Amino acid sequence: MTTTTFGRPKRSAADLLFDICNTVFLLVLLVLTLYPVLNTLAVSFNQAQDTVRDSTFLWPREFTTLNYSTLFQDGLIYHAFFISVARTLLGTVSSVFCTAMLAYTLSRKEYVLRGPISFIFIFTMYFSGGLIPTYMLIKNLHLYGTFWVYVIPGLIGAFNLIVMRSFMEGLPESLVESAQIDGATHFSIFLRIILPLSLPVIATIALFVAVGQWNSWFDTFLYNSSNINLSTLQYELMKKLQSANMSVGGTAESAFASSKNIQANIVTPASIRAAITVVATVPIIVVYPFLQKYFVTGLTLGGVKE
Amino acid sequence: MSVTVERVKEHAKIKKRPRKWSKLRSQKALMVMSIPFLVYVIIFAYVPLYGWMMAFQNYKLGSVMLENEWVGLANFKELFQDENFIRVIRNTLAMSFINLVFGFVSSIGLALMLNEVRKVMFKRVVQTVSYLPHFLSWVVAANLIMNVLSIDGAVNKLLVSLHIIKEPIMWLSEQHYFWWIIGASNVWKEIGWSAIIYLAAMTTIDPSLYEAASIDGAGRFRKIRHITLPGIRGIIVILLIMNIGHILDAGFEQQYLLQTPMVVDYSETIDIFVLKYGINLSRFSFATAAGIFKTVISVVLLLAANRMAKRMGQERLF
Repeated sequence: MTTTTFGRPKRSAADLLFDICNTVFLLVLLVLTLYPVLNTLAVSFNQAQDTVRDSTFLWPREFTTLNYSTLFQDGLIYHAFFISVARTLLGTVSSVFCTAMLAYTLSRKEYVLRGPISFIFIFTMYFSGGLIPTYMLIKNLHLYGTFWVYVIPGLIGAFNLIVMRSFMEGLPESLVESAQIDGATHFSIFLRIILPLSLPVIATIALFVAVGQWNSWFDTFLYNSSNINLSTLQYELMKKLQSANMSVGGTAESAFASSKNIQANIVTPASIRAAITVVATVPIIVVYPFLQKYFVTGLTLGGVKE
Repeated sequence: MSVTVERVKEHAKIKKRPRKWSKLRSQKALMVMSIPFLVYVIIFAYVPLYGWMMAFQNYKLGSVMLENEWVGLANFKELFQDENFIRVIRNTLAMSFINLVFGFVSSIGLALMLNEVRKVMFKRVVQTVSYLPHFLSWVVAANLIMNVLSIDGAVNKLLVSLHIIKEPIMWLSEQHYFWWIIGASNVWKEIGWSAIIYLAAMTTIDPSLYEAASIDGAGRFRKIRHITLPGIRGIIVILLIMNIGHILDAGFEQQYLLQTPMVVDYSETIDIFVLKYGINLSRFSFATAAGIFKTVISVVLLLAANRMAKRMGQERLF
């Protein structure tokens, strides 16, 4: 059907129709994906009483930053935000460093424990003790109710370890050998040579660990729900969501009931919830371009194993 | 062959002493760098496995593990006679199945559509937007979904204005909608992310096949059916097998976050069951038994899936 004149082929009518339908479908998908995000963003910047009248819009009708200022007047949210930042920074740096160091030792072909240690880690991908025994362990180790429960249990993931090891195995062997001849120790080889050369894989894993840290709420829920000083932003948002869910079909949501602005009906629990949602999302959006750059690497590396 | 081996051995003998020393020192350094993490993984991943003994005991809080009364399989017996447990298995399997079907169809569909887009810019924009939700936490996603599904939310508005429904529906309070809402939420969150792997597979298809088909007068649909789909069949089969290995992982977060008191009969999965009985009701032995049941079935399924994939000439999966 396509008659080739010089250069590009002409499109037939059927072809054109196909392209139009395809584009329309994809545009609809685009709208469906973005609408919930933009709607919540608009609600968070809209006057709360106006939102009550009609909440389906994409642009604030009566612009206000009151939802946010009310939110950050609440010391708890402010504090939770910093705990979230702290756990993300500390958790990511320690996890990436420890994973890389272990991966380096396991990438050394001459290391006698290379096989056993790799196996012991890979095994954990299949079997895990499950919720209750882990919960007991955390209690017995006195990690319950501490900040360290955010950092230590997730220090090394088997999957990340294998990905890093595969990457390091691909680096030229002569680098390590020549450094050894010069008398460098393994630790300094790791720190000065292997770590800088592994930057692509480290960036990928760091981003994924950081997103995981920022997004997690379940550990707070399980181990720190009674310790308000260690609450995280996601957990606070989760509590708001829960109280909203409990009151579906019931009367007003009770969250933030004590706030002056709520009592004066200037803000509503729904508008506050929208504002927290946005605050919890912004860091993800900020690192999103970097994520995009690296996650294809991550995916293809994910195919590498043992 | 053996001559060379002898030679190498002799060669090694000459240099034996200094080399052995440095080797030993090198091994020691590697051990110092790795054994702390070995201890770490044994504590955090293997000691909980020791905790499985609880399931065969009548564990009391604060007691020493081995001093508890042994009850054999009593906890498991009770589990299978528990109506609630049977119900959460039903919910888990139902939601898993819905997620599996919805997930596969939607992501393959998206990949096929994206593959047909000729304008690189448009393709990139759609892709970038479509996998954004993957990186949002379920807490955030649940908030967004709840707003859209609220009584005056966009879904109700749209359906009312199209005269599909007469009055707004409280979607999250109707138990019979819950499974489908979870299915749709999963599609919304993961469609773009899951499509990546199919798109990657499509780039490996030889372009000359399409050219040849065009010359033979094949339209776009026929090309999709006879070239693109067969081209990604391998990866589809592999992912399908792998997903069957995860059939008991219907998820935990999305159900826990989106459920309302009205829908618990349909929303609770095995994981929520374990949480509820173990942490909230402190029935540790009983909840551990449920957890073990899930892990053991999952591992058997995963190993079977691996073997199946291997037999089909594919590389071993996780």
